[in-house]
Amino acid sequence: MQATRDFSHYVKHLGSGLAHIDLAVEGVSCAGCISKIERGLSAIPDVTLARVNLTDRRVALEWKEGALDPARFIDRLAELGYKAHPFEAVTAEAVEAENSRFLLRCLGVAAFATMNVMMLSIPVWSGNVSDMLPEQREFFHWISALIALPAAAYAGQPFFRSAFNALRTGNVNMDVPISIGVILALATSIVETIGHAEHAYFDAAIMLLTFLLIGRYLDQNMRRRTRAVAGNLAALKAETATKFVGPDEISVVPAAAVMAGDIVLLRPGERSAIDGTVVDGRSEIDQSLITGETLHAAVEPGSEVYAGSLNISGSLRIRVSAASEGTLLAEIQRLLDHAVQVRSRYVQLADRASRLYAPVVHATAFLTMIGWLIAGASVHNAIITAIAVLIITCPCALGLAIPTVQTVASGAMFRAGVLLNSGDAIERVAEVDRIIFDKTGTLTLPELDVVNAAAVPADVFDLAGRLALASHHPVAAALARAAGAKSPLPGITEQPGQGVRGILKGEEVRLGSPTFCKADDLANEILSRDPEASVVAFARGEKRYVFAVCQSLRPDARAVIAALQKRGVAVEIVSGDREPAVRAAAEMLQIPEWRAGVTPADKIARIEELKRQGFKVMMVGDGLNDAPSLAAAHVSMSPISAAHLSQATADFVFLGNRLAPVIAAVDHSRKALRLMRQNLYLAVGYNFLAVPIAILGFVTPLIAAAAMSGSSILVMLNALRARPVPQENL
Amino acid sequence: MEVIVFLVPLALLLGLFGLLGFLWSLKNGQYDDLEGAAWRAISDDDQTPAPRRVELRSEAQP
Repeated sequence: MQATRDFSHYVKHLGSGLAHIDLAVEGVSCAGCISKIERGLSAIPDVTLARVNLTDRRVALEWKEGALDPARFIDRLAELGYKAHPFEAVTAEAVEAENSRFLLRCLGVAAFATMNVMMLSIPVWSGNVSDMLPEQREFFHWISALIALPAAAYAGQPFFRSAFNALRTGNVNMDVPISIGVILALATSIVETIGHAEHAYFDAAIMLLTFLLIGRYLDQNMRRRTRAVAGNLAALKAETATKFVGPDEISVVPAAAVMAGDIVLLRPGERSAIDGTVVDGRSEIDQSLITGETLHAAVEPGSEVYAGSLNISGSLRIRVSAASEGTLLAEIQRLLDHAVQVRSRYVQLADRASRLYAPVVHATAFLTMIGWLIAGASVHNAIITAIAVLIITCPCALGLAIPTVQTVASGAMFRAGVLLNSGDAIERVAEVDRIIFDKTGTLTLPELDVVNAAAVPADVFDLAGRLALASHHPVAAALARAAGAKSPLPGITEQPGQGVRGILKGEEVRLGSPTFCKADDLANEILSRDPEASVVAFARGEKRYVFAVCQSLRPDARAVIAALQKRGVAVEIVSGDREPAVRAAAEMLQIPEWRAGVTPADKIARIEELKRQGFKVMMVGDGLNDAPSLAAAHVSMSPISAAHLSQATADFVFLGNRLAPVIAAVDHSRKALRLMRQNLYLAVGYNFLAVPIAILGFVTPLIAAAAMSGSSILVMLNALRARPVPQENL
Repeated sequence: MEVIVFLVPLALLLGLFGLLGFLWSLKNGQYDDLEGAAWRAISDDDQTPAPRRVELRSEAQP
């Protein structure tokens, strides 16, 4: 049965004979990758465009429709050493991208207008104290109006719309005082200009919009980036499924194209992308991702198989009950939206303050005007002072204080390999004083590794690795990976459930179970020393070797644990695994507190107990079985390499083989929290200082706008300090 | 000082060109991949195909 791969689901037809596909690519990280991929793909005839986007880790491809099969691109990228998967933009992501482009366009218009209005304003200010003719001043004012009015009408849209929507539903948000301030300043300026007055405030209004738009754009960009990464992960993890399109005809299709009721084929070594019921075949499956159970479960017709299960020995035909792609993507979407909505405590604080602020601001400005009128000032002066108060009390610095720090900190964490899944997680991690680690897949690598490579001659190791390429078995796959094998041996046949064999230079070579290779005594010797290991035997002629394969600790685990302890964070292991394995890991990592054989319910009980004692607990765990305890902890983190994406239930996820992201998350968060607090003090302090001065009438609207912008810039610059965190060599 | 009557509009016109240039580059997707652009600039590989050149080449050798 030769399977065809069908990517037509992802191909967009552009018209004029061109087709387009987006691929999410793993491992693109540098300039070398860009040119390597672009050149490699452009070399395929008929390809008209191959463009790498390094920010989103994607490749856009266009080609002349006809003979070219999109599967060829995936193969070409695999030859170049990149794993690629067709990518379908989620609608929400497209909307987000369009939003961010709109904000940038508004920002461009506002910045252009600010610069040119300032160019006209400065001569007016200096002219007012020297010898400027009233006609010249008026000319400058009218040109300023000509620039500022259309620019403000265009660039102010994000604020006007939001303010209008809030007012229509009977609410007040931060954009209401901003909109009123801008519109009032512009309107007064026009009246002033018509009345041949000395001052106009076009510059103040447009400068305000420019600085506010910078803040909006930064905030938008952070969210867009997280979404892009999550979208890529979804594309990379949601593997294809082998679907029966006829009684004996199969086709490899994206999991998105599989419907409930379809029959799919699950071969040994493949991970299921769907939930379903076995209709034909017997096998053992590894459900460790879902249940945490490391022992394999036997399945037969009628058994349930869940997405994420790994098939070990025999081929299975499965009737699909739930296609995972749809639900999975929906899940991620839900989580992300949730993360955006559940705003951090400090953002909530700032928001609440802003909400409270709006009425206070309006009342203050109004009272200021009344006060000055009573005190005998002219209507004109009273209004100008009120506008200055309205502008100077604009809570922009307060609104920027938290999002800017979050943006910079999440960007810095992103570079350190940590992905933020929930907006308020930064503050919660910063408070953590106790971390509970799961063992399997968290302290240890999720993939199997050969532990006794040193005991086997190198040439034997290489040969065994090449032989292992012929097998789908996960232990064989681990052996092939450890040996770095690239070229499979020719003429190898697989004996299902036992191993592979072939003839090399007249000698028989075998790789498989110890019995299959007649190496039981060697295998038992290894198993008696290390009962946790899986073994695979290799035979060449009369020679016998046995490889021990098991999950090894992450390379930097020891250093990370020590670094955490140095920061005053207590560490303990709570694992569902058996005692000898947990004890060994705990001793290796010098973690005094550990518990083995713990059920998911007991894990939660342990977390609750620590919470009652007043600890702020972070749970670092892998596997769906940990999801409840991840949710129970104060804050949670998950490694995501081999796992199912539903792990995105954690507040943070991290990628790769190292444990260092845990340290990065703690360090960056602690620093970010400090900066958030500083920013709040700065913003509030500024208002306390500036508002009385403005009420007393010492401030013109332009100075108010400059002071307001100054405080925003101060807050943003302070937020930039969240980026560099001293790195330790782990 | 009459010169400002056309100098100021001229300055504005130049600024407007700048704005149009920015809007054009934005529409062209030049801000979609800021990270990649940074790396492309220091890449000593002048063979990196620009979209249009690829098109020409693939037509030259079908």
